Amino acid sequence: MNVFEIAQLNLWYGSFQALKNVGLAAADGEITALIGPSGCGKSTLLKVLNRMNDLEPECRITGSVLLRGEDIYGGMNVNELRKRVGMVFQKPNPFPMSVYDNIAFGPRTHGVKSRLELDETVEMSLRQAAIWDEVKDRLRKSALGLSGGQQQRLCIARALAVAPEVLLLDEPTSALDPISTGKIEELLLELKNNYSIIIVTHNMQQATRISDKTAFFLLGEMVEYGDTEKIFTLPRDKRTEDYVTGRFG
Amino acid sequence: MRAVFFGTALVSVLAVLLICLFLFGNGLPALFKIGPGRFLLGQEWSPADVPPLFGILPMIAGSVYVTATALVLGTPVGLLTAVFLARVCPPRLYRLLKPGVDLLAGIPSVVYGFFGMAAIVPHFRSSILSAGILLGIMILPTMTAIAESALRSVPPQYYEGALALGAGHYRAVFRVILPAARSGVLAAVVLGLGRAVGETMAVIMVAGNQARMPGSIFEGVRTMTANIVLEMGYAAELHREALIATGVVLFVFILLINLCFSALNRRKN
Repeated sequence: MNVFEIAQLNLWYGSFQALKNVGLAAADGEITALIGPSGCGKSTLLKVLNRMNDLEPECRITGSVLLRGEDIYGGMNVNELRKRVGMVFQKPNPFPMSVYDNIAFGPRTHGVKSRLELDETVEMSLRQAAIWDEVKDRLRKSALGLSGGQQQRLCIARALAVAPEVLLLDEPTSALDPISTGKIEELLLELKNNYSIIIVTHNMQQATRISDKTAFFLLGEMVEYGDTEKIFTLPRDKRTEDYVTGRFG
Repeated sequence: MRAVFFGTALVSVLAVLLICLFLFGNGLPALFKIGPGRFLLGQEWSPADVPPLFGILPMIAGSVYVTATALVLGTPVGLLTAVFLARVCPPRLYRLLKPGVDLLAGIPSVVYGFFGMAAIVPHFRSSILSAGILLGIMILPTMTAIAESALRSVPPQYYEGALALGAGHYRAVFRVILPAARSGVLAAVVLGLGRAVGETMAVIMVAGNQARMPGSIFEGVRTMTANIVLEMGYAAELHREALIATGVVLFVFILLINLCFSALNRRKN
């Protein structure tokens, strides 16, 4: 089943069209990678999916985005949407508070008050993000004391704590060293059993390593979308071929 | 050229040093002549008695009560104003509101005093409460400006992170941005505190100035600053020195507050 169905999506920032007639379906239990050169619209598309682009002034959208059949731009509560569609940002952004409070922020936002329940959620989320063993002795210490890679896994744990259906990741490893990157990729492969994942990446090796489907964007247009293996070995479009073989971008 | 710049830079340092020297040189002997215990903890201030009594505890209490009242009343208003200006207010309204708040800082304190006499004293008489309300207003611009800039300097990623977890605007502001700006906000409160402790003219005009221990916030009170100004004109000898010693105590208060402020600033960086 498809978790997201996007059809005829156009997006403008003022008079600049950032997305042109994009159509894409992301399936349950899969990792979908969005690739393309800078400014191609892939991050914009990601932000459309949990309506973070609402923050951009003069952003206008036409077309439809369905989350399990529900139009997310048709009267759906935006906070509820963001609870169902978690997001991890390019730069790790743990809040300047304790590890525990970082993870508990989401559940608390959605009304969880019981100490016991919070404790459980925090531990489970940190375990899922494969960082529990590293932070279990410092739950009460500031999250800003963690390394960049740990911070990013903490942010993944924080997103998981509200039990989302989909996880959006915007170049989550671009600020990290190769070892941390490896850990996060492993983690994503683990997580895809329970969550649908859509990831924007600059790193084509990363897309081939972890994703099931890949969409290639160029100048706001979705040039090609299909099985990752196909996109990288037998692209139909010349532009895709040029990009994945490293001839530009 | 370097020497000129160095010289100008030295002026303020020199001024502080000279003030210290003068204040402590003239004040400390009196403090020891009267006895630190009897001066700081004495509850009677009657310089005309024979022998005269120089206990400034009522004035210390007065400054503390008036300042505390001002902070209790001014802090919520100032901080919420800062939150509104930094994170809620639409730009058009901001262009109107911000200069309004800033203008408060430019009004001379004697004008505040008139306002207090005309608008506050009729309701609460000359009392701690009146002085507290007036000072609460006077510290608003300082507090608001510092807290606003602290709130603005919080990286936008925190706000986005909170929203991405399904938090609404206000939850993100009060539970993430405000705690993230904690040290700057505290610095704003401390600076407001310093302003309130040091204020003189407006306080004299609405506080009543009775040199006795206040029983409640509805009673009149004399602050340390008021004590100095009211009696300096005719004081002589030990009386005069006792007033300067009051200045020493005030100076130490302000010094401690400034130390707190710079400690908070250091933590922020």
